[in-house]
Amino acid sequence: MPLSLDSRMPAGPLADKWDKHRFDMKLVNPANKRKYTVLVVGSGLAGASAAASFSEMGYNVRCYCYQDSPRRAHSIAAQGGINAAKNYQNDGDSIQRLFYDTINGGDFRAREANVYRLAQISVRIIDQCVAQGVPFAREYGGLLANRSFGGAQVSRTFYARGQTGQQLLLGAYQALEKEIAKGGVTMYPRAEMLDLIVVNGRARGIVVRDETTGTIEPHLADAVVLATGGYGNVFYLSTNAKGCNTTAIWRSYKRGAAFANPCYTQIHPTCIPVAGEHQSKLTLMSESLRNDGRVWVPKRTDDIAKAPGSIAESDRDYFLERKYPSFGNLSPRDIASRAAKEVCDEGRGVGPGGRGVYLDFADAINRLGENKIRERYGNLFEMYERITDENPYRVPMRIYPAVHYTMGGLWVDYNLMSTIPGLHVAGEANFSDHGANRLGASALMQGLADGYFVLPNTIGDYLASNKLDPVPVDAPEVRAAVADVQARTNRLLSIKGKRTVASFHRELGKIMWEYCGMARDAAGLSKAIELIPRLREEFWAGVNVPGSGSDLNQTLEYAGRVADFLELGELMCRDALHRNESAGGHFRTEYQTPDGEALRNDDEFAYVAAWEYGGEGAAPILNREPLVFENIKLSQRSYK
Amino acid sequence: MNMKLRVWRQSSPDAKGALKEYAATDVSPDMSFLEMLDELNERLMEQGEVAIAFDHDCREGICGSCGVMINGVAHGPMKGTATCQLHMRSFKDGDTIVIEPWRAAAFPVVKDLVVNRGAFDRIIQAGGYVSVATGAAKDANSIPVPKEDSDAAMDAAACIGCGACVAACPNGSASLFTAAKVSHLGLLPQGQPERYRRALKMVAQMDLESFGGCTLFGECMEACPKEISIDFISRMNRDFLVGAATAPMERGGGED
Ligand SMILES: Cc1cc2nc3c(=O)[nH]c(=O)nc-3n(C[C@H](O)[C@H](O)[C@H](O)COP(=O)(O)OP(=O)(O)OC[C@H]3O[C@@H](n4cnc5c(N)ncnc54)[C@H](O)[C@@H]3O)c2cc1C
Ligand code: FES
Repeated sequence: MPLSLDSRMPAGPLADKWDKHRFDMKLVNPANKRKYTVLVVGSGLAGASAAASFSEMGYNVRCYCYQDSPRRAHSIAAQGGINAAKNYQNDGDSIQRLFYDTINGGDFRAREANVYRLAQISVRIIDQCVAQGVPFAREYGGLLANRSFGGAQVSRTFYARGQTGQQLLLGAYQALEKEIAKGGVTMYPRAEMLDLIVVNGRARGIVVRDETTGTIEPHLADAVVLATGGYGNVFYLSTNAKGCNTTAIWRSYKRGAAFANPCYTQIHPTCIPVAGEHQSKLTLMSESLRNDGRVWVPKRTDDIAKAPGSIAESDRDYFLERKYPSFGNLSPRDIASRAAKEVCDEGRGVGPGGRGVYLDFADAINRLGENKIRERYGNLFEMYERITDENPYRVPMRIYPAVHYTMGGLWVDYNLMSTIPGLHVAGEANFSDHGANRLGASALMQGLADGYFVLPNTIGDYLASNKLDPVPVDAPEVRAAVADVQARTNRLLSIKGKRTVASFHRELGKIMWEYCGMARDAAGLSKAIELIPRLREEFWAGVNVPGSGSDLNQTLEYAGRVADFLELGELMCRDALHRNESAGGHFRTEYQTPDGEALRNDDEFAYVAAWEYGGEGAAPILNREPLVFENIKLSQRSYK
Repeated sequence: MNMKLRVWRQSSPDAKGALKEYAATDVSPDMSFLEMLDELNERLMEQGEVAIAFDHDCREGICGSCGVMINGVAHGPMKGTATCQLHMRSFKDGDTIVIEPWRAAAFPVVKDLVVNRGAFDRIIQAGGYVSVATGAAKDANSIPVPKEDSDAAMDAAACIGCGACVAACPNGSASLFTAAKVSHLGLLPQGQPERYRRALKMVAQMDLESFGGCTLFGECMEACPKEISIDFISRMNRDFLVGAATAPMERGGGED
């Protein structure tokens, strides 16, 4: 039987949907809220904001993260900023425009109603964060400052130097700690969710491994929220933190939650290029740098080895300004990344291996002075210098695209509930708002919208509408889930093969980058679909996980994550192979316009691909949620 | 480059630890310090040994997970740099590098180089927030904040909570960490209503944990990867005194 993909989209005009829906939803009586327990897995922007808000409302909350403190979630690393349709700059911004930019930027592969709601809520997020004491950048008059981000012609991005994610997360973390102190939230740091417990078709708990003691236990509840972030680390090298993983959403997929658009991956154009085989992760240089930096390569291949300063203006190709005159250096990420790849493929790339383009601040420094540039980007420049040993105030930065964000994730309806009733998904872990390409500064917005404003409304409707009998700890479903986790853990420890976990992860990353990266085609994807299962077999036959399961064993944690990546990678390739079109970050070389832009096929592919687990060894099942555009006309994106 | 490493190995919180010697070979100057440890761990595991445990996540100097004593210096030789951002070009061929966990009574060792920094979270729980429930905020531009104040608040808020300040302090004090949060919030209009009571409660919690007292040595600022200034400690002390002077009134008003 095909899955029911009811998006529960409220009827009525776009602008009124959310208000109407909020009125239509059931409420939980204030005195009854404390009788409900909600598990929030993840303490990033989405998880911390949801957990704190639930507790403020009176629910009993348990929150989990794999780090030693909730403050260290990967959201902390976001640099550039957060969007909101405040129109403080009086430059023509509005909710409608943010909505339009996001749908257009996502190449018409997101749901209109979700995105409109996101744009509406965006303004309240900034209010909330300022009230918490988030020190956003300000003008001398004391009001909030803005900068521009890619894919927009208005200045709507709020920022806190180059540490916006840090400050937003600390705001949410502090709200969370406030609620922990009050007793509304119990925090479980260094705890990993390793399975979902489904009873009578509803999500009723999770299986958690305490990383310091190795204890594996069920945690039962009335509803579960996953806010476990993105899965970009399937590529091994990415801008994500080392621990970012797919485990929570992958194991939930295997328990019946549909996985939507797994192939939509964002490759960020401005990252520090790979330095060598030892490379363990890639470092992002914020998109905000493209406000003042100009991207170029030499016009001629003979010039690539020359010192950049010695190349005359007339011998430089500012390829983004040339190809996309109206957006120039601030073209959206997918477009800017492909353009960089293209000039490097032509042999005009700079730096080791010819895999780099210049991001040059010389003009901005001449125009504004070095101090102004330092004030805007000082910490990013320092970070660049620390890593590369080059001073970007003197020589242009070298940058290259890298995996950064995953638009795909668990399928959710308008209430952010997955196909398993009671299992809600927020932040990067869901697929909801960014279509096939996310615009800069929109992930922070989405994570906080989900956690502060959407889920606190929708979770009550779920709890009030369903009769949830207590689940006994010794229920067969609970015992089975715990036993599965135990068996899997023991198996990983007992293989005692010859190869390290990282060697498998690297190999998988190479396959994914080669065949499911910036440019994909049917032949390559088919090849990857053969290679990955083979690698998976080798992993389960030959991986070496030293140490025991009863204390802190980082190799064991890592092995579990890589095992899940080895399954997810295949699903991503299958999704990419089935989508016979190019859209946003999904670029199939067979489908492009004569001038090399992504060529969508709206007749056949204007849908969300929601994959359903088919069982061990069986192929996954494709379900489709058609995307209906009533307010925006589908068009070929143009940033020219 | 080739180096001699002496790394603290301790199998569990209660076990006795010791420095163990390893060789780091073929080290590239472009490697980060943690990548050097990754490579060593790869080789150890190939020989069936248990990897050296160390905390890390973002590897961009922002999450505050990483942090070890490198030749007795918190986060190693480079000023304003977290361990994950330190690169091997800061060392020479033939160097001996001693790597140990943070040493502080309030941060018990979990395993090898990993310590428990839960005390920091408890200090924040004591008052490191503005009590504003979701949805209760008014328009963000309704209170202008002088740029100088908001910049100074940001200087304090840049703290990543790594614990280097505690590890570097001869007394094991958490004053710089606590002062950074007291100052961040106390410098902003949004933080005023709870300002003095916040200072009082956070300092009280700091004293309850096993942190030592502050005698303004300044080692903390030297070790801080975000170079947070000890001037914030004087600020915290002033707010604490005001808080202490007004505390009886607070009690009269009841607890939340
Ligand atoms: C370098 C970088 C810069 C960025 N800059 C920007 C920017 O400027 N603007 C913008 O809008 N977006 C930016 N992004 C994207 C944005 O930061 C992320 O998409 C967003 O922060 C994700 O938030 P989240 O709450 O969904 O997940 P995360 O912050 O990743 O949090 C995930 C949480 O889940 C927990 N977790 C994961 N798995 C498990 C498990 N199995 N068990 C228990 N806990 C688990 C983790 O411990 C963590 O607490 C950037 C991303 C990167 C990589
Ligand atoms: S690993 Fe995040 S600060 Fe070093």
